[in-house]
Amino acid sequence: MAEILPLADAISDVVHDGDTVALEGFTHLIPYAAGHELIRQGRKELTLVRMTPDLICDQLIGMGCARKLIFSWGGNPGVGSLHRFRDAVEHGWPGPLELEEHTHAGIAAAYAAGASNLPFAVLRGYAGTDLVAHTRVARVTCPFTGEDLAAVPSIRPDVGIVHAQQADRDGNVQLWGISGVQKETVLASARSLVTVEEIVDELEPRPGAVVLPGWSVGAVSPVPGGAHPSYAQGYYDRDNAFYVAWDEISRDRDRFADWMRAHVLEAGVAA
Amino acid sequence: MTWTPDEMMAVAAARRLGDGTVCFVGIGLPSRAANLARMTHAPGCVLIYESGTIGAKPRRLPLSIGDGELAETADAVVSVPEIFGYWLQGGRIDVGFLGAAQIDRFGNLNSSVIGPYDSPTVRLPGAGGAPEIAALCKETYVMLRQTPRAFVEQLDFRTTVGYGDGPGSRRELGMPRGGVTVVVTDVGVLEPDPRTCELTLTSLHPGRTADEARAATGWALRVAADVSTSEPPTDAELGALRSLKTTAEVAA
Repeated sequence: MAEILPLADAISDVVHDGDTVALEGFTHLIPYAAGHELIRQGRKELTLVRMTPDLICDQLIGMGCARKLIFSWGGNPGVGSLHRFRDAVEHGWPGPLELEEHTHAGIAAAYAAGASNLPFAVLRGYAGTDLVAHTRVARVTCPFTGEDLAAVPSIRPDVGIVHAQQADRDGNVQLWGISGVQKETVLASARSLVTVEEIVDELEPRPGAVVLPGWSVGAVSPVPGGAHPSYAQGYYDRDNAFYVAWDEISRDRDRFADWMRAHVLEAGVAA
Repeated sequence: MTWTPDEMMAVAAARRLGDGTVCFVGIGLPSRAANLARMTHAPGCVLIYESGTIGAKPRRLPLSIGDGELAETADAVVSVPEIFGYWLQGGRIDVGFLGAAQIDRFGNLNSSVIGPYDSPTVRLPGAGGAPEIAALCKETYVMLRQTPRAFVEQLDFRTTVGYGDGPGSRRELGMPRGGVTVVVTDVGVLEPDPRTCELTLTSLHPGRTADEARAATGWALRVAADVSTSEPPTDAELGALRSLKTTAEVAA
């Protein structure tokens, strides 16, 4: 049964230096608060997995928490570049960042394969692209039809972290709206943490919701506003002004460091 | 009404989308054009975003693919593995509608890096859904502003295959159907030559010239013998286009 823990205790329990950590939320329900706690606790040498690394990965990379990034689209959605990510790739600051770059279809299939306890995923993809020479993808032959297909290794993170709207007191989790790869992330990972907007006495069924039974989740942490500045459907919209402001804040290394010190390092979980 | 080159580009792209078309649409220029189509001549156009929203009917333009406006107005919301697996790979999408940083004469796209991959001068966001969208949809539309930096002789990185190295390439790569059928720019419209697959200027927007199109293209651009002129945007099209605000603009 999922253990309901304060965020700082949950991060301290489930994430260790050097882990492969998937932080998912397909631009909706992004686990910002959990990412900030990783930064506060000074986690190092992480391999981050995130289909759409946006501001939270920019912050983790800029603060030197990541050794490697497995991803398929890295930008500030609707705004432009991720300047800390670019600085790491283009100039090796604050340290070198190894990339394993895929397509959305490839990573999505790799998560599903991981959740299904398979070593690799099969898809019709990557053919003819320059990604083939720069990432982990191979060709496999269908044993039944002889057809030539792409194979990508499963994603099996040490830790999967997602944000959801609600959990009940037994740690059963419900999330709704755009559900991305959150279910696959939790089920593919050896350990998992779900931050939630609120703990409720009883989960009210929502159309199209993803429900994760408490026994399939490692830890649950109540963190109201835990996806801010991204969206949490039914709770808040994206704080677009912050996404726009981040473009300026993150361009300069010193300004970035000052912002992180004031708003993450010296701030508590509630911030 | 007067109009800008970007408005002409959006209108010209929107007109290509037929009513009832099932369209996998990227955020940005394609999303604006596809929603314009839905608001004007193609109310039955089915818009699918890679966040898993099927039949989204946004009343304002999404800020990102995670915008709740897409989920709230969709016929169905499915997971990301499902949208790419059952729906795209399943062969159910008519048109993929993409942007890019660079395009070459065979409609191949770069959205990954400028410069060498391992030491890029500009690290771009990357592939996202584009490679499989362009591989698996029945046809692909591309929209981008025409400049020599974007329309290049040689891509820095081939993120997405249009016609690969030319005729026969797609078949060899296991993509028996599809390919880029139209590229809409702020100057005009390019379409692949049916024999050589090379993008050829087939239409110019009002007031633009073939020489301008050639100057904005990094390869020796072929111009169709019977190049046509786009119809200027109608007042109805411009009214609809200008009424499309982003979620942020509505909130402000």
